Amino acid sequence: MAYKTVVEDGIDVLVCGAGLGGTGAAFEARYWGKDKKIVVAEKANIDRSGAVAQGLYAINCYMGTRFGENNPEDHVRYARIDLMGMVREDLLFDMARHVDSTVHQFEEWGLPLMRNPKTGAYQREGRWQIMIHGESYKPIVAEAAKKSADQVFNRVCITHLLMDEAKENRVAGAVGFNVRTGNYHVFKSKTVVVAAGGASNIFKPRSVGEGAGRVWYAPWSSGSAYGLMIGAGAKMTQMENRIVLARFKDGYGPVGAYFLHLKTYTQNGMGEEYESKWFPALEKMVGKRYLDVEASHLSHRPIPTCLRNHAFINEVNAGRGPIHMVTMEAFQDPHLEEIGWHNFLGMTVGQAVLWAATDVDPKYENPELTTSEPYVMGSHATGCGAWCSGPEDISPPDYFWGYNRMTTVEGLFGAGDAVGGTPHAFSSGSFTEGRLAAKAACKYIDDGKGEGIRVSDEQINRRKEEIYKPMEHYKVYRNEITAGSVNPHYINPRQGLDRLQKLMDEYCGGVTVSYMTNEKLLNIGLKKLKLLEEDLEKIAAENIHELLRAWELKHRHLTSEAVMHHTLFRKETRWPGYYYRGDVMKVDDENWHVLTVSRRDPETGEYTMEKAPLYHLIDDKPEAKAA
Amino acid sequence: MPTFVYMTRCDGCGQCVDICPSDIMHIDPVVRRAYNIEPNMCWECYSCVKACPHNAIDVRGYADFAPLGHSVRVQRDEEKGVIAWRIIFRNGEKDMNLLAPITTKPWGKHIPQLADVPSPSQDMRDSELLFNEPKYIRFDDGGLHTLEKAGLQLKVGVYE
Ligand SMILES: Cc1cc2nc3c(=O)[nH]c(=O)nc-3n(C[C@H](O)[C@H](O)[C@H](O)COP(=O)(O)OP(=O)(O)OC[C@H]3O[C@@H](n4cnc5c(N)ncnc54)[C@H](O)[C@@H]3O)c2cc1C
Ligand code: SF4
Ligand code: SF4
Repeated sequence: MAYKTVVEDGIDVLVCGAGLGGTGAAFEARYWGKDKKIVVAEKANIDRSGAVAQGLYAINCYMGTRFGENNPEDHVRYARIDLMGMVREDLLFDMARHVDSTVHQFEEWGLPLMRNPKTGAYQREGRWQIMIHGESYKPIVAEAAKKSADQVFNRVCITHLLMDEAKENRVAGAVGFNVRTGNYHVFKSKTVVVAAGGASNIFKPRSVGEGAGRVWYAPWSSGSAYGLMIGAGAKMTQMENRIVLARFKDGYGPVGAYFLHLKTYTQNGMGEEYESKWFPALEKMVGKRYLDVEASHLSHRPIPTCLRNHAFINEVNAGRGPIHMVTMEAFQDPHLEEIGWHNFLGMTVGQAVLWAATDVDPKYENPELTTSEPYVMGSHATGCGAWCSGPEDISPPDYFWGYNRMTTVEGLFGAGDAVGGTPHAFSSGSFTEGRLAAKAACKYIDDGKGEGIRVSDEQINRRKEEIYKPMEHYKVYRNEITAGSVNPHYINPRQGLDRLQKLMDEYCGGVTVSYMTNEKLLNIGLKKLKLLEEDLEKIAAENIHELLRAWELKHRHLTSEAVMHHTLFRKETRWPGYYYRGDVMKVDDENWHVLTVSRRDPETGEYTMEKAPLYHLIDDKPEAKAA
Repeated sequence: MPTFVYMTRCDGCGQCVDICPSDIMHIDPVVRRAYNIEPNMCWECYSCVKACPHNAIDVRGYADFAPLGHSVRVQRDEEKGVIAWRIIFRNGEKDMNLLAPITTKPWGKHIPQLADVPSPSQDMRDSELLFNEPKYIRFDDGGLHTLEKAGLQLKVGVYE
């Protein structure tokens, strides 16, 4: 291949992926590393890349400590109950105590935050959410990152991390290719912050054909954060904790502002409230600790998101769909109606397009809701990602190995979706995690931990060959057939993605099986994933754009394998409503009140699974009784 | 399509190609105008629509569930700091204009250049603080929130 090799040497902090986590890291790194070389590699254009490309209408994580609203420990309690106990409280607390400073900074940079005219405090959508006009959220944080970085490489897709040959298990940079020029890019760096986002499209989406890109999390969220870290042998945690979202049907428009601010509510096809009637049986399955039917209506203690999904799914399966969002009352108020529409235009325009196309005016018709296909991510209401060190002043020894947000690979840090056990960080929390990771990365370098890194030409050349192999493969075999896409020697990236999605859907608990799986199914799924892995060696890319899709698919495949292994390992149904282990339909606190940790051996591809202790650092405050 | 490009309006400037997060707006080598090469990887995020200087890009809802005949148009004006939307229903009965701010401050001036701010002290480096903290947490008084300050204990498991 005639592509040039471009080497960027002597980097101190390399940021892979510049969404909310990556921009936070690049910005903050400059403060702690005045004279350090900070480089960003982003597969799209930093101005509109990542999950926030369209914008957002709310910042979902803001304490408001300054207004006496919440303290960080309150947020830990909330995230803990929502995830049915399974969170890294040290990391959550650490994010929560810094997140307000991030949000105040955003406001100073010009992000329009709405204010409550009566109190002067930010307009709350819910206890943790504040409302923004966030169409330009991403361009604003991108500007901050661009001001701090020495160089931003747009359209460079990172495919692998480089490993140090002088010291085992230490990172030494990353490699990838430019999607425009095709050039091979080598970044030699003392530290790497991986912030390459979560994984959509690993389960078969409900949308089909032309609409297959209409998924809730962005179709370009290719699980690269996981793929890169798993490939380098970093330990991962909570990968079984995939999320299913209740959203407006087909468009996947957000429901947060509708429930919380517009005070809309749901009902079944008969116009009845249905949620509470599924809870008594569910209480037996998950235990009173997580769902106390009698007490919960008296207290403010929230019901875990997954359990509300459980009620939704069961009601639909019982034949009492569709579930409707009752908007007709709220939308009679013109101000609330406007907010309802702005909410979509700010972050999910496709929903507005859909209602315009189907003449659904929520003022006169209650729209349908649905439960989505599952997603794998670490920053929304779920906590998949790398097993990372916590901060020095909070973390117990099991959770602490020196540098905040450092993975089990030395010099390799994570932020946002990349970090495991830290749900409910959302956009502001992801940016904050990036800041924390950047400070720690600079400290790691100042402590001399990144000295003497060695990367051989052999490693660089081997990766180069590997990266362009799909294009070589295409060239060699395309002329064996007349035309078309059916070839006995290869599959193309779309065909591979379809296979992955079908397999994950059927064996790992996707939509078509009502989120149900069991040990037998998972074992078959793992076998099929191995076969797919073999075929991915023979994937063919017709051009550079397809090469991008090929590598996204490979990252999605690695992510899926981890999800499958984790789901098999956790022998209980911890989060009914996200997935069900049909062979163990109960929460089992006696054996599974633990975090799960996996490692894939980079040489052999073998997985090892272990249980890690779950420390509850924050006590359980008695919940305030409702007035 | 979901996005498509009007032949007569596009001049092939490539701004949509530059911005699309999904890498699917490409210039056709024959007609030298942009088009969406992979509609089933489009999120209808409207990044390209907003970026096009000639309003040449439009969106037609996903074919698997959206009937024809609707329109959602957008104008983003950086100088005025506003974004305007127009939504027209399929049956023509609803025609809405909505306007929202995109920023409260002119672009390019209000984000600090961290290379120019004073270097952090050793105390700051040894602490758990980030840039501009604790000032930016409270904007008024008070330091970083610790468990101890909240009357809680460190490094113990107490949740039961
Ligand atoms: C529809 C929707 C609504 C949401 N609503 C809210 C809300 O109201 N409030 C809120 O606070 N949060 C919300 N979120 C969540 C929020 O967007 C995420 O939590 C946050 O963006 C995660 O940050 P991240 O940096 O981990 O990932 P991202 O922001 O997705 O960034 C990942 C980046 O990595 C890049 N990348 C990926 N792979 C590679 C690679 N191989 N090489 C180089 N670069 C790569 C991507 O292009 C991208 O720029 C919402 C998300 C969605 C999708
Ligand atoms: S709408 Fe978004 S994803 Fe679709 S082509 Fe335009 S920029 Fe790309
Ligand atoms: S931005 Fe508009 S004018 Fe420029 S290439 Fe794209 S569609 Fe054509």
